Amino acid sequence: MTAPAVRLRRVGHRYGSVTALRDVDLELPAGGTVGIIGPDGVGKSTLLGLIAGARRIQRGRVEVLGGDLADDRHRRAVCPRIAYMPQGLGRNLYAELSVHENLAFFGRLFGLARAEREARIADLLAATGLDPYPDRRAGHLSGGMRQKLGLCCALIHDPDLLILDEPTTGVDPLSRRQFWELIDRMRAGRPGMTVLASTAYMDEAERFADLVAVHDGAVLATGTPAELRARTGTDSLEAAFIALLPEDQRGDAVPLVIPPRPEAHATPVIVARGLTRRFGDFTAVDHVEFEIERGEIFGFLGSNGCGKTTTMKMLTGLLPATEGEAFVLGRPVGNGGAGAGGLETRRRVGYMSQSFSLYGELTVAQNLDLHARLFGLDDRHREQRTAAEIEHFGLRDVLDKLPDELPLGVRQRLSLAVAVIHEPEILILDEPTSGVDPLARDRFWRLLAALSRERGVTIFVSTHFMNEAARCDRVALMHDGRVLACDTPEAIRRSAGADSLEDAFIARLLEASPEPAPAAPGPPAATGAADAVRSIDSGTSAWRRLYAYSLREALEVMRDPVRLAFSLLGTAFLMLVFGYGISYDIERLNYAVLDGDRSAESRTVLEGFRGSRYFVEQPPLADHADIDRRLMRGDLALAIEIPPGFGRDLQRGRIPEIGVWIDGSMPFRAETIRGYVQGLEVTYLDDLARRASGARLPVDVAEIQARFRYNQDFRSINAMAPSNLALLLVFIPAILTAVGVVREKEMGSITNLYVTPVTRLEFLLGKQLPYVAIAMVNFLVMVAIATLVFGVPVRGSFPTLVAGALIYVLATTGIGLLMSTFTRTQVAALFGTAILTAVPTVQFSGLLQPVSSLQGGAQVIGTLFPATYFMKISVGTFTKALGFVDLLPQFAALALFFPILLVAAVLLLRGQDR
Amino acid sequence: MQRLRAIFHLGVKELRSLRRDPVMIGLIVWAFSLAIYTAANGVPQDLRNASVAVVDQDRSQLSTRIRQALLPPQFKPPVLIDFDEIDAGMDSGRYTFVLVFPPRFEADVLAGNRPSLLLEIDATASMQAGIGRAYITRIVAQEIAGYLNIDGGAPPVDLTVRIDFNPNLESAWFTSVMTLIQNVTMLSIVLTGAAFIREREHGTIEHLLVMPLTPMQIMLAKVWASGLVILIAVAVSLWVVIERLLAVEVAGSVPLFLAGTALYLLFSTSLGIFLATLARSMPQFGLLFILVALPMNMLSGGNTPIESQPETLQTLMQAVPSAHYVAFAQAILYRGAGFEAVWPQFAATLGIAGLFFAFAAARFRRSIAAMG
Repeated sequence: MTAPAVRLRRVGHRYGSVTALRDVDLELPAGGTVGIIGPDGVGKSTLLGLIAGARRIQRGRVEVLGGDLADDRHRRAVCPRIAYMPQGLGRNLYAELSVHENLAFFGRLFGLARAEREARIADLLAATGLDPYPDRRAGHLSGGMRQKLGLCCALIHDPDLLILDEPTTGVDPLSRRQFWELIDRMRAGRPGMTVLASTAYMDEAERFADLVAVHDGAVLATGTPAELRARTGTDSLEAAFIALLPEDQRGDAVPLVIPPRPEAHATPVIVARGLTRRFGDFTAVDHVEFEIERGEIFGFLGSNGCGKTTTMKMLTGLLPATEGEAFVLGRPVGNGGAGAGGLETRRRVGYMSQSFSLYGELTVAQNLDLHARLFGLDDRHREQRTAAEIEHFGLRDVLDKLPDELPLGVRQRLSLAVAVIHEPEILILDEPTSGVDPLARDRFWRLLAALSRERGVTIFVSTHFMNEAARCDRVALMHDGRVLACDTPEAIRRSAGADSLEDAFIARLLEASPEPAPAAPGPPAATGAADAVRSIDSGTSAWRRLYAYSLREALEVMRDPVRLAFSLLGTAFLMLVFGYGISYDIERLNYAVLDGDRSAESRTVLEGFRGSRYFVEQPPLADHADIDRRLMRGDLALAIEIPPGFGRDLQRGRIPEIGVWIDGSMPFRAETIRGYVQGLEVTYLDDLARRASGARLPVDVAEIQARFRYNQDFRSINAMAPSNLALLLVFIPAILTAVGVVREKEMGSITNLYVTPVTRLEFLLGKQLPYVAIAMVNFLVMVAIATLVFGVPVRGSFPTLVAGALIYVLATTGIGLLMSTFTRTQVAALFGTAILTAVPTVQFSGLLQPVSSLQGGAQVIGTLFPATYFMKISVGTFTKALGFVDLLPQFAALALFFPILLVAAVLLLRGQDR
Repeated sequence: MQRLRAIFHLGVKELRSLRRDPVMIGLIVWAFSLAIYTAANGVPQDLRNASVAVVDQDRSQLSTRIRQALLPPQFKPPVLIDFDEIDAGMDSGRYTFVLVFPPRFEADVLAGNRPSLLLEIDATASMQAGIGRAYITRIVAQEIAGYLNIDGGAPPVDLTVRIDFNPNLESAWFTSVMTLIQNVTMLSIVLTGAAFIREREHGTIEHLLVMPLTPMQIMLAKVWASGLVILIAVAVSLWVVIERLLAVEVAGSVPLFLAGTALYLLFSTSLGIFLATLARSMPQFGLLFILVALPMNMLSGGNTPIESQPETLQTLMQAVPSAHYVAFAQAILYRGAGFEAVWPQFAATLGIAGLFFAFAAARFRRSIAAMG
């Protein structure tokens, strides 16, 4: 006997206060197939994640392929020998990348050189029947195809241990069967490979050599399928599993039997005729026809993405049909859905969607109450109905809980209670039981049966579970947008001459499938690649992995129109906005005069204002009240009053008074106006003095020559354009980079960092480089805008500016990387980075006030922020005509940021999930 | 009647949801308290701590007297440097102003030779350069006058400058209210848009649509609920943060301002809904938000005067309610304008908001029809 592939000793795992695994001991043989069975949320995924090295071990010892996974060296050494396909269809794939691009990405991560990679990809595509679609985006694949692609990606490096977490959930039965056949073929070509898979379908579990039954974080039993059945004295694994459960959790002992319908034929209440829905050139629902009679339980059976949901949405009026028509309760749906007729029909229909659609922020009681109110139930009726449903669905104990705190099964019941609160005649349920354990499913079906048989509600329910479909009065088999068969489950089975509904479905699928299933190609060449893959630590491999991430990132950004537009046009647009928006040029000031004198002397006073480019004269003022009124309305920035007798008083030396009122609501503007007015006063007095050639005035004793350096005509744009450049080159690249990394966390593809040979440094640098390139493009666009639109040329050395920009964007994208190690959602990354970059840049980096004017904490922040230094390089090269040597200290300081930020990001980024 | 009741209950649902969203509540509280307080005390709009160097080739009593008159808070203590240090000091941005006293400055003043003082200004310090020059010019004139013992009353004309509405030109008065206005724009867009996107992501919107409700009711519920939250936040912020903590004197009628804010919120919440229908996901919404909210805030006259913009841009901004909002907020709160003075801006805000609401509602209906 060979050494076990996996050995677990007292392994425990917790998420916060929730215990996922408790003291698991397990030994799995090498070269075999092991199935982990159990309902959702019992710890299967945690167990697989730990074995794959994707999760950090909290307690106990996990030995995989002859070493302890807690030892980082061993983990890195064996990770090229392990392949891990996480739960959720294609969760580690990239939806925006094509089939081939996804495969090439994984090939690069495992260090495969080009020729070898291509050969391997061709092999795998042929073996899985994906070869006709190398250029299709992963996001556009059907569930079955996506799952095959996931498998190809997992197998690209020829692993010794293949870990599959619920690989077939939600996939049609034919694809499921093909998938397991494919695994068998792969194993035939590579006998040493150990396959470890989890599944929620008990019928699939029969395929495995060994089984591990898991419940509530602990192992219930291990053994071959035959052993488990024999031990519990049952004839199916489903029954065996329930028998293995502790007594109080086995649920109703009485098997569910739905009584037959009282009348075999009733009036149809839902009718679909030639119902078709297209999204672009993709036909989701293709001429579907069926009739559902009053009181019937009608099942819709099919895989994820086969058109079940779309059909149901058309029947509820959520989606208009592209073609064909549908009638609900005798009225046409679709057009006029918002009209009174449509609204009236809606009162008679209840709907429960896949996601349960409860308000997570409202308590159970509030959810029920809200729905009752929105259906317009009057007060008495509402209270009565709510109380009845609480009783009927067993919700009394959870009334004040939030739905998210409840187990899935209870949430599902609540969802049903909400859907029937208004006593609908028809109930449309879209996959109401997915993800719920068998016992809760059983209880749910008892409720449905009661609704149908006792209250006469017509139920239209979709599912991908065969045993649920078998309970319906009639079923429609759906695949690729078409109904393949529609009859009672028994009739469908008989007409296909099959033993079970599943076999009948597969027979129908094979009939309907336009493309033949892959004609059992030989096992892919399994040797050759394996040895090459082992040498992952060579230098070229590191660059290849880095390049894999860079390429992937670049492709993804290019294919997301909003991100692409934001990254390329965002800065240009904001550069224009900021250029026009932040201006300290105070010009075109409206003023008006109350000239009570109208003499030559008063005109002399006003000449100064009339000749100034800063002021625009408005119609004269009538009186003092007019001054107040027009200033208050904001029509005037300043008002001037020359009193009657001004000229006479001036000549007689009586020192007449000139009154000036300035609108102080915008202090900076008012301050500047005061400066202008005093300047004009000096000129005027000087003029007076010269004419009188009398006494010397203090202002005239010395002359102040003001020289505006760097910006002779003192246009604020000359300073603002280069400053805005610095602001936008921190703001936008940091946000884009942060969102880019966090996106992987949110989508789940971060797992690839955890379980492939890529290091954190390669991952981060690879992610960063495309954004550095984007930022440099942005930089050039902004320089062009500054030069061409705002007329602010680069007076100093352009190469110096470019070099400074490059070092700067390395630092600013580095800020994004660092932010992304903290944040968990894209929204948090976005707003967090926006605030943390914009505030210090605007307030502390010299954009508005020079850093030399800052004090204390503000100056410290300014010193520690890269924008401070690039601001000087940018302003220096643009307007001060400085060269590299003049800016050497700024360059030296700026160059420090990138390595420090990168090291910090590498240290803070987790290499494994918790 | 049932229609109105449904709008009311849906709106109450929004409020209850908000109560359970600590991040959003935190954001609202921050935006209407701390953010305003720090902005008011943060970047001053007036001359503060300007760095000055003095090249004193005269070393006289007069030059010393002038140098010592450059006082805080407007100026940092002036630094004495040599003539050949000017370039390096200004290139590196260490000094924004350099005042150069020529040799024999005092003697020339006394002899009536009208000597020249050189004032070097770093004109890339946009905010300080202009005002600082005016300050320094005035200080030099005063000090020389004081030194020569010239009577202040000597000029033949007495020019009295009065600053209306904010006599001490305290920049906190301006920045606090303008930050409040900008945060109204930001928060109302985020609150409504995020509420809609969350509802779409959780699939609850479908649930509403299979009920006897119209898209218009759903949208109106979000508009009134988000609008109400922001309106209350504005009222509290104005009363507690701005009037009490920052001691800003509000000149006009607060109810009138709040009424105008309500009109503006009709626009900004519709805008939030509209952006949410454009975005496919929350992150896309965030990026769109930045591209829309930032320019609205920058260009509406709440930062720098709208008349500094090119004329075409000014005309364009007349179509954006935030420009009118800023205009009537300044008129009411700073200058004490009444309804008779601001009704044109109110009318413009209401008109554009109404049009935009109709547009957003149409778009909302279409986007809901296209969901699938």
